[in-house]
Amino acid sequence: MKLQANQFIDAARIALQDDTLYQSVKKATGKAYNGRISTMSETSPEHGQAMRQHAAYARRRGLMGLPDLLELAEQRLTENGVTVLWAVDAAEACAHVQQLANEHGVQKVVKSKSMLSEEIGLNHALEEAGITVVETDLGEYILQLSEEAPSHIVTPVIHKSKESIRDLFVEKINMPLTDEAAEMARFARQVLREDFLTADMGISGGNFVIAETGTLCLATNEGNARMVTTMPHVHVAVVGIEKVIESLEVYAMLAQVLSRSATGQKMTVYNHMINGPRRPDDPDGPEHVVVVFVDNGRSRIYGSTYAEALACIRCGACLNACPIYQQMGGHAYGWVYPGPIGSVVTPLLNGPENASPLPHASSLCGACKEACPVDIDIPRMLLELRHDLVEMGVSDIRFDVGMQAWMRGMTSQMAFMLGSKAASITLRALPIEKMLPRPLSGWTDHREFPTFAPKTFHQLWKERNNEQS
Amino acid sequence: MLKSYLSELEGNLMASLKRDDPRGKTVSFFVTCMIDTLHPETGMAAVEVLEHLGCKVVFPKGQTCCGQPAFNGGYWHEARQVAEHYLDIFDDAEVIVTPSGSCATMVIHEFPRLFTDDRERLTQAERLASITWEFTEFIVEGLGVTDLGGKLAEACNFAFHDSCHGLRHMGLKSAARTLVRNIENAEVVELPAADVCCGFGGLFSVKMSEISGAMLDEKTAAICSTPAQVLGGDISCIVHINGGLAKQHRGERMLHIADVLARAIKQEG
Repeated sequence: MKLQANQFIDAARIALQDDTLYQSVKKATGKAYNGRISTMSETSPEHGQAMRQHAAYARRRGLMGLPDLLELAEQRLTENGVTVLWAVDAAEACAHVQQLANEHGVQKVVKSKSMLSEEIGLNHALEEAGITVVETDLGEYILQLSEEAPSHIVTPVIHKSKESIRDLFVEKINMPLTDEAAEMARFARQVLREDFLTADMGISGGNFVIAETGTLCLATNEGNARMVTTMPHVHVAVVGIEKVIESLEVYAMLAQVLSRSATGQKMTVYNHMINGPRRPDDPDGPEHVVVVFVDNGRSRIYGSTYAEALACIRCGACLNACPIYQQMGGHAYGWVYPGPIGSVVTPLLNGPENASPLPHASSLCGACKEACPVDIDIPRMLLELRHDLVEMGVSDIRFDVGMQAWMRGMTSQMAFMLGSKAASITLRALPIEKMLPRPLSGWTDHREFPTFAPKTFHQLWKERNNEQS
Repeated sequence: MLKSYLSELEGNLMASLKRDDPRGKTVSFFVTCMIDTLHPETGMAAVEVLEHLGCKVVFPKGQTCCGQPAFNGGYWHEARQVAEHYLDIFDDAEVIVTPSGSCATMVIHEFPRLFTDDRERLTQAERLASITWEFTEFIVEGLGVTDLGGKLAEACNFAFHDSCHGLRHMGLKSAARTLVRNIENAEVVELPAADVCCGFGGLFSVKMSEISGAMLDEKTAAICSTPAQVLGGDISCIVHINGGLAKQHRGERMLHIADVLARAIKQEG
């Protein structure tokens, strides 16, 4: 997917003007937000916090031992009859899948939802090779028809209204006119059924891979992933290397917080645990199962102070909780992963200079960390990325100069006193709003400029003490 | 970072953040740069409340800012200079109280991060972190006072906007509500979406003024939906929200908690 994160501010400005977008996003994030809180604290808020803490601990402990876990996962998957491939970057991952498609004479691929496949541009690569790719997650299918990118990690069509989906289906797949959402979904399923029956390869992502048992785990709701992973004779799963976990016990814990945090469900409707290709006595299932472990910048993050970003289980809770995401949805962020975690991951995977507005796209309110089921300290990482940007020289010269001047004022009592007095007099005497240069003038579009008090606290304190003595 | 999280969960880090009993100690008042220059009367109100509770309050002269604007902007070099100035000014403090959850967060949680490779400054920063309190937290948890014995001339409803830093870094929510609830003639009601950010975020409101403005519009709409007097614990949010309300010609509706507490103790009779 083309990276456009450096256009964030302009894209956000446009998104903020779109009231339909605002209404759709606000409603859907609100529902998911409330759903998370009620299911996470179903037993009690304390129990919810305890689950978060366990999950946070389990993810970090797993990451600490990641190199060993990856080797164990490879060994156990192989023992189960799964082919394991490694991809250092997006190009190698796509090449692996292309080659597999070649080997098996694949003409049509059905896919279940995978953010990693968006990250590595897999659809595009396969289409280049002349292969038909059909997204079968309803949301992703809608986006494929409308040629759009997902705008949310879990609910990719969060930005679209029911009416726009209706019009799209009527136009693209000849749906008879209806306003019933269930009827629209039923029609899409019917169309997709044909694709499931004719596809030669199924591609999925992977929510987790359990190392000790060599199990690929998927959490889904629509049933399409069951068909993707069982009907075609080849199933390929593209999985980020950070998704490997230790044990079934850890899976049981993470599966609970994932579904509760993502959609407010106690469990997702389908929880797939795939242990290999069909066995001789199995009535169905794929003959070949391949797991492609993708690095694509993750080991670089692993070796940095940002390692905890890899604990993310892609539930989208931070997006739903974020008052900024709620205003405008995910497209403005300009890449695959939007919202708070996207503002961390996008700069880390693409270089901070190629996504420099994103670490600043936060008021540091902390709602993301509070919502995160694995307690990732997103505000801390945003702050460190801001620092990295300044150190790299990727900053606004006006702020650089302003900060220098501010620092001088704040490290000397005299300068602070004179500065605040001068500011007070100037701001009280002049029509300051009309004189402010960009970027400061943006402030007064929504707020009056604050008025400085005639006397500072320093002065009031001095006067009080003089009176008392 | 992974390791430090594991050790934090095992309790090592939490133990070092435990604060001593502040009762009977001299309070060094950190007024904050914004209250100093924009709302000094709020600073005076906070001092009056502390003195009413029998605290000896001193005001270390020459104090400026905690450095948060630079720190949040990524300008850690500049933030460090300002933080060092702060450390020098407050070096001999017994207890520091500040009427801001945000500035308290900076001193308690972020100062130690700024000085990870300067052992001497780190020791100094860690000591100050361990004696620093936010104003309402100090009264309720530090002094153990939940009732100031104040009263208001007329019955009034109060609602709170929970400032983000205070709420999520300092765990402040109930202290201010408790103090107001115990004022005679005061009633506490809840503001819709009280814990959602007002969109200030320091430089965020300048760099991303449109997004910040959209967040502010939601906050001002929530505030205008209640007839209650809305209170906050951070002057930065208050200035931001009142600035938004003024722009919409709806009058500056927000006050700092210290202003109301000071008013209540004067009516005590």
